[in-house]
Amino acid sequence: MIGNLILKDGSEYVGKSFGKEKPMAGEVVFATGMVGYPESLTDPSYAGQILVLTYPLQGNYGVPEKKYWESGKIQVSGLVVSSYIDTPSHHSSKQTLSDWLKKQNIPALEIKDTREITQKLRTHGVMLGKMEFNNVSLRASASERSNLSQEKIASSTFAKASAYLRSAGQNPLLRQGFGGQGGLAMTEFKDPNLENLAAKVSTKKVYRAGSGKKTVVVIDCGLKQNIVRELVKRNVKVVVVPWDYNLKKLKFDAALISNGPGDPKQATTTIENVKYLLAKKIPTFGICLGNQILALAADGDTYKLKYGHRGQNQPCVLQGTNKCYLTTQNHGFAIKKIPKGFKQWFYNANDKTNEGIIHNKLPFMSVQFHPEAHPGPLDTGWLFDEFLKKI
Amino acid sequence: MKTLKKVLVLGSGALKIGEAGEFDYSGSQAMKALKEEGIKTVLVNPNIATIQTSPLLADEIYFLPVTPYFVEKVIAKEKPDGILLSFGGQTALNCGLELHRKGILKKHKVKVLGTPIEAVVLTEDRKNFADHLRKINVAVPPSGAAATLVQAQAIAKQIGFPVMVRAAYALGGQKSGVAYNLKQLNEIVSGALAVSPQVLVEKYLHHFKEIEYEVVRDKEGNCVTVCNMENMDPLGIHTGDSIVVAPSQTLTSDEYHGLREVSVNIVKSLGIVGECNVQFALNPNGSTQIKDDGSTRMHGHTGKQGLDYYVIEVNARLSRSSALASKATGYPLAYVAAKLALGKTLNKVQNQVTKVTQSFFEPALDYVVVKMPRWDLEKFSGAEEKIGSAMKSVGEVMAIGRSFEEALQKASRMLSGRVQGVTENGFNIKNLSKKEFSEKFLKIPTPKRLFALAESLKNGAKVKDIYQATGIDLWFLYRIKNIVDTEENLKASQMLDPQSLCRYKQAGLSDKRIAFLTGKTELEIRALRQKAGVLPSVFQIDTLAGEVPAQTNYLYLTYHGNHHDVQPLGKKSVMVLGSGPYHIGSSVEFDWSCVNTALALKKYDKKTIIINCNPETVSTDYDMSDRLYFEDLNFETVADILDFEQSGGVAVSVGGQRPNNLANALAAYKAPILGTSAENIDRAEDRNKFSALLDKLGILQPRWQSFASLEKAEQFAEEVGYPVLVRPSYVLSGSAMSVCRNPQQLKDFIGKAADLNQRHPVTVSKFIENAKELEFDAVAQNGELMVYAIAEHVENAGVHSGDATIVYPTQRVYASTEYQLRQIAKKISKELKITGPFNIQFLFKDNQPFVIEVNVRASRTFPLLSKALFTNFPAIAVDSFFGKAKKFNYEYPPAVVVKSPQFSFARLSGADPVLQVEMSSTGEVACFGRTYDEALLKSIMSANSFDFTKKRVLLSLGGELNKIKFLEAAQTLVFLGYEILATDTTASYLREQNVACTVVRKVSEQQPNVLNAIEGKDIAFVVNLSQNEGRQEQDKLKRHLNDGFRIRRAAVDNQIPLFIDLHLARAFVKALGRNQPDNLGIVSWQEYRREFINNK
Repeated sequence: MIGNLILKDGSEYVGKSFGKEKPMAGEVVFATGMVGYPESLTDPSYAGQILVLTYPLQGNYGVPEKKYWESGKIQVSGLVVSSYIDTPSHHSSKQTLSDWLKKQNIPALEIKDTREITQKLRTHGVMLGKMEFNNVSLRASASERSNLSQEKIASSTFAKASAYLRSAGQNPLLRQGFGGQGGLAMTEFKDPNLENLAAKVSTKKVYRAGSGKKTVVVIDCGLKQNIVRELVKRNVKVVVVPWDYNLKKLKFDAALISNGPGDPKQATTTIENVKYLLAKKIPTFGICLGNQILALAADGDTYKLKYGHRGQNQPCVLQGTNKCYLTTQNHGFAIKKIPKGFKQWFYNANDKTNEGIIHNKLPFMSVQFHPEAHPGPLDTGWLFDEFLKKI
Repeated sequence: MKTLKKVLVLGSGALKIGEAGEFDYSGSQAMKALKEEGIKTVLVNPNIATIQTSPLLADEIYFLPVTPYFVEKVIAKEKPDGILLSFGGQTALNCGLELHRKGILKKHKVKVLGTPIEAVVLTEDRKNFADHLRKINVAVPPSGAAATLVQAQAIAKQIGFPVMVRAAYALGGQKSGVAYNLKQLNEIVSGALAVSPQVLVEKYLHHFKEIEYEVVRDKEGNCVTVCNMENMDPLGIHTGDSIVVAPSQTLTSDEYHGLREVSVNIVKSLGIVGECNVQFALNPNGSTQIKDDGSTRMHGHTGKQGLDYYVIEVNARLSRSSALASKATGYPLAYVAAKLALGKTLNKVQNQVTKVTQSFFEPALDYVVVKMPRWDLEKFSGAEEKIGSAMKSVGEVMAIGRSFEEALQKASRMLSGRVQGVTENGFNIKNLSKKEFSEKFLKIPTPKRLFALAESLKNGAKVKDIYQATGIDLWFLYRIKNIVDTEENLKASQMLDPQSLCRYKQAGLSDKRIAFLTGKTELEIRALRQKAGVLPSVFQIDTLAGEVPAQTNYLYLTYHGNHHDVQPLGKKSVMVLGSGPYHIGSSVEFDWSCVNTALALKKYDKKTIIINCNPETVSTDYDMSDRLYFEDLNFETVADILDFEQSGGVAVSVGGQRPNNLANALAAYKAPILGTSAENIDRAEDRNKFSALLDKLGILQPRWQSFASLEKAEQFAEEVGYPVLVRPSYVLSGSAMSVCRNPQQLKDFIGKAADLNQRHPVTVSKFIENAKELEFDAVAQNGELMVYAIAEHVENAGVHSGDATIVYPTQRVYASTEYQLRQIAKKISKELKITGPFNIQFLFKDNQPFVIEVNVRASRTFPLLSKALFTNFPAIAVDSFFGKAKKFNYEYPPAVVVKSPQFSFARLSGADPVLQVEMSSTGEVACFGRTYDEALLKSIMSANSFDFTKKRVLLSLGGELNKIKFLEAAQTLVFLGYEILATDTTASYLREQNVACTVVRKVSEQQPNVLNAIEGKDIAFVVNLSQNEGRQEQDKLKRHLNDGFRIRRAAVDNQIPLFIDLHLARAFVKALGRNQPDNLGIVSWQEYRREFINNK
């Protein structure tokens, strides 16, 4: 089955489906990590997004048991890869990536030139897009053509398409400039950042994990399970609560604001709750979205990056030192204004954007990257120790 | 660090198996990094064909052996502040360790830059290092170090068979292997102890995955792993002999990052400053193993997936893998490592690819890289084909694609240019049962295994069975099956519509292969493809997978794309075709010519485009050209790039034979070939045309003729008289040519080696004995000589010019002879209207010159002669391309230069160290001296490990003539205080002539015999001359029983210099008589040059 990825600017890409054939809209983003698709796909921070993986071969090692996932289901709205590998090889594999996607009703396309999409997103910024299946574009380029099976597309259609391209004086290789020629739209573009995504992906009820003398509340705005695993490993009791849970109801020693999808400014209840933590001077650690929420709660400000940071090779420097750490990142928003009383803790070595803030005196700190990794390098796991020392 | 003014860099010497061109790359990058900081560089490296030994990088170059003895002299003279040890492979590192141990560095106040020397010492001692790793909770295979066979046996017993045996302090896994029983253990350990004082016996990890990480660390402790790589072949095959894929394909995030963290921890624990390579064995089944003490060992940092891994090797220096990682990712590892050694931190070194980011990051690839080794085992008579833990390959290629299939198929085409992919493999499976085939070609790893498994799949073998036999992960096998299936579909359907064409190309099928399967021609498929718009995309390697706009010029082609990352350069660009993988006969010297050509083109305001596929080269450093295509050198690819770039010129004459062979096809495609026309190149290449040309010009050549029948060939041989040189046009196995001395040998050779018929005739030519061989190298412009040089072989003709010792200027040649040569060269270059480089090989016998070969391209000797004459032949060639060459004003140079071949016989068990008409050396060195003798001594000492404290020599002189001719040399040896050991007839002869000597028993006689004498290691060198100067073909069995073979083998196995040519041996002894080692001049090449210029 053939499908299309259509971007808001009208550009279209044809690909072979290997997931559920279901129309889907979302924000199209790319990630550059070379491993860890099971972790990324189940990372709630990707909710509402159509994920383009830049590493061309995906599916290589299949899909492991659920307990290794970052959440209970696939969180991305859709997946785009250059080549899907249907012959996984790994001792931990329980199913193929394709079977998994189909079971979870997630559409996925094999579009050869993912690099072109990446470059477009890099140049124009992240863009809304949609995936459609019943309305195959005739404007397939050479490499996309290989995706099309004979029975689906009569070769005469292709001849027509090619002739059309040539008559328009176009190199069939360069398919640009033919936007808006698609057929019936099956779904509308939809900006996920306009809704409170954290609310959608957050746990609905409180649950506990681990044991220890100290209790850490984890505010789930789209929590990756490895954050819980990292805390449990360090012998603390973990209480995971929904994004808008009234913290006054609980007794605890420290709080962690989790990662999560979307615009932090949508998570108003969480921001309010964090203000309570700050007022009570409870040791607080924010990760990713949690970093932005902490900043907003302390009267800082956030903004949307052009195309965000998504990958496993983002270099972060500890402010005031020459110490660099390699980090996993997955965010579209960042801190613009560091709140009063706080200072920059980490910054990105490449684009110098903020990667974390820490309070001058009080036990409040947060990072924009993912110290829990999974996927990605394990360079900053020590931050959990730093956090727990504050209790 | 501010005080650093002058830094000494140690090179790796000649290219040899296990230590090849990658160190030209790393040394060159290091010197570039030093130069940028305004630091003067002094280089010791006798490898004359390298870029690093060119004046553009080093301030002072010493063409001297990289040994403590000579390096100390250079230190005393140059007084450097610092020394870099990690850029010249194991040779440089060993030399540095020795200098450290002897206190020489301390004495001269030379600081070791980068990784502290203590860390290097630790990593080089296998036992101490294993203890260190255990201390920091890093898993190492159960093992023990042994200094004797008895100790090794005890350890093996404790661990249990199978065990892996490795020699300490040895390059490329030399003398290591897997032992399944006591007998094998004894064999391997004895071999290893011959080259190393210590062996490590460890648990053999059957079919574990082999994974490597390249780590860099700065002085602040910041660490990144630049690349991880997965060996397609499981553990047990040396990484240099493995097909390697980057990044890893079958590792999960937990595995990838778990092992990454272990590498980083190791590097931090050692305090590395610079680069380090860590190799792992990883259990493919993921189960935790029971530790010695019965507890289970879990690694798992995240998740609960315990990693069952072991560290198997750590190299605290730049390595072959780091060169590969550098080329695979675009991260200039050696350059960065050098900056870190100077005290910079990673975030202060700019990313040379993006120019907007810095060096603290890990490249994200959006492509797949496949490295494939190139073996030349068939060039060595007797060499074992099996590959294992000791490296045997002589070169490698690297291919880039967006699918594994695309990259793998490219790589297999790049290897020799003779096969079109993994499915074109020449196997004839009919005579073997599936089981036999599996046993012979799958279970036993050989260079053919990749092709054998494609063949098995074609014949319906199950992927799982192949996994059982090979241990190659199913993931790879399924991908290879996809290639096979794609081909089978094509064969069955014969579909050539655009969609199908595109699918074939994405699976890596070449036009030629598609043509073959559909009964069409390559050009027909090309035309179909172009019509359908199925053209490759030009993609950049930008280190960040497209995340950041990069101005990189590092490119590859793929069919998994719709767009091009770059715009064509057009007419102002010139393409320079590289030489492909290093192999016997084509090595770093051609890379030198390519790079110098590219650099010279800048003078003409041209944009240069280099195409090459060899990761061990400097030409594939992206700052050597305006654009680098890391691509194949076949017609299809070159034509694709040409079509895209619309270049104004293509240089085919500076990359050796590989690009030269494309001249005809490219010319027919209307490519703008620079210099000599393809038609005239062909007139020199085509034996018949060339012969006619020589006849027309009245130039002598050895008599020859082609035959389709043995009878006719025999008649001809009788007529011209034996010996004859026989060259079949289609070789089944074994050597491509041979000298036959009698009808029996002729019959045997043709019968065994060749498929003789009308289509594949055999060429028989008169082999002229006792002739002198001379090399004539030149650049011409419109048929007129612009610059030329004549160099002389020390050995008589019959030794391949690549294996010969060559001296410049000539020492035993009359001026009138040189005049004759020049007249002939003038005639030939005029007739062929040569513009650009060319080389003529002459035989000289009884004052008559015979032409044996003309190559209308840059030859192997170009860098040697350029450096000897203080000029630049490729630059003059470029001038000639544009009609701007000026005649070179010849002046006598102040120094004599002697080139010596480097052999790697020690690495190839079973191979007979003999000189033949076919080349077998893997590299070369060259040294300068005031006299021929001085240069010869230095040169021979650079290619062999000499110990002048030893005063015994072993002579074994076969045949009356050899004995008589060597007599004077033997007398000299006695005069010089050497004790002569000699075998039976040699000893009797010497005694008859009143030369004192000690008789040693023959190999076949009781011990102690001649072999024990060699193994005793107190012999300075061995002279073994066999009748007919050792050039006859013998059958394998006979050779193995032969005394000469056993003596030669024992000499190379024990690393004792071996002379097998009478002329060279005599010249060496003579030189020894005239020079004391301590008065060999320590003069840099630049000093000679200054003298040369001042005299002008």
